[in-house]
Amino acid sequence: MADPMRIRAVAKDGGVNVKILMAHEMETGQRKDGAGKPIPAHFIQHVSATWQGKVVLSANWGTAIAKNPFLEFSFKGGQKGEKIQVTWTDNKGDKRTDEATIN
Amino acid sequence: MNQTRRNVLKAGGGASLYALLAAAGMLRPDAALAADWNQKAFEAKNLKDAFDALGAGSRADSIGIFMTAPEIAENGAVVPIGAVSKLPGTESIAILIAKNPTALAASFDIPLGTEPAVSTRVKMAETSDVLVLVKAQGKYYVTKKEIKVTIGGCGG
Repeated sequence: MADPMRIRAVAKDGGVNVKILMAHEMETGQRKDGAGKPIPAHFIQHVSATWQGKVVLSANWGTAIAKNPFLEFSFKGGQKGEKIQVTWTDNKGDKRTDEATIN
Repeated sequence: MNQTRRNVLKAGGGASLYALLAAAGMLRPDAALAADWNQKAFEAKNLKDAFDALGAGSRADSIGIFMTAPEIAENGAVVPIGAVSKLPGTESIAILIAKNPTALAASFDIPLGTEPAVSTRVKMAETSDVLVLVKAQGKYYVTKKEIKVTIGGCGG
């Protein structure tokens, strides 16, 4: 099971700024191991963030996103104390959802 | 800096420019950028194939898209990229890296109420143009910037 995401959601000027750090290898499939065998690709393909049941960001990623991915975005609305949920799914079907409270 | 660009935008000259570009053959309403994981687009080996798979076979250069990225990335494994669209009706934003083994790095759906601005970090194999593709009101717009990479972040 992957490590939890670190999510910071801060209410500001009528909107919420969200910063997410995910723990993931983001293996491209281009690299080879010590024995010269290709290391299979293992990367996050989809990320979505929801607030009050509404999707506020949906992203599809390829292998070029850096290891331990960082993502920042902002949406309108959202009050201090409300929650946002972030879910990622990788190409092997692993999935992780974490929740954060808006500050 | 950027004074003319701002004036153009302020004067609404941008709008007529877009209209002009649209008339020049931008009308190809294809599938939304990031509805599902677009395997064909993400596995495309070059820019043209990636654009085609995204339905952005024709697109216009735009002054309404801004990219924050370093001129020189010392470490290609972690290159911060910020993309902001000032185009009205922005529906999605995609980041492409011309010389990576697969060009398309990410595509973001921007629902109504979400700022058309995203930041992330990408891997770059070598010095390359980085492109931000925006779908706004059903049409595609693009801007690009060359980022020099000292140490590549893909292969190994």
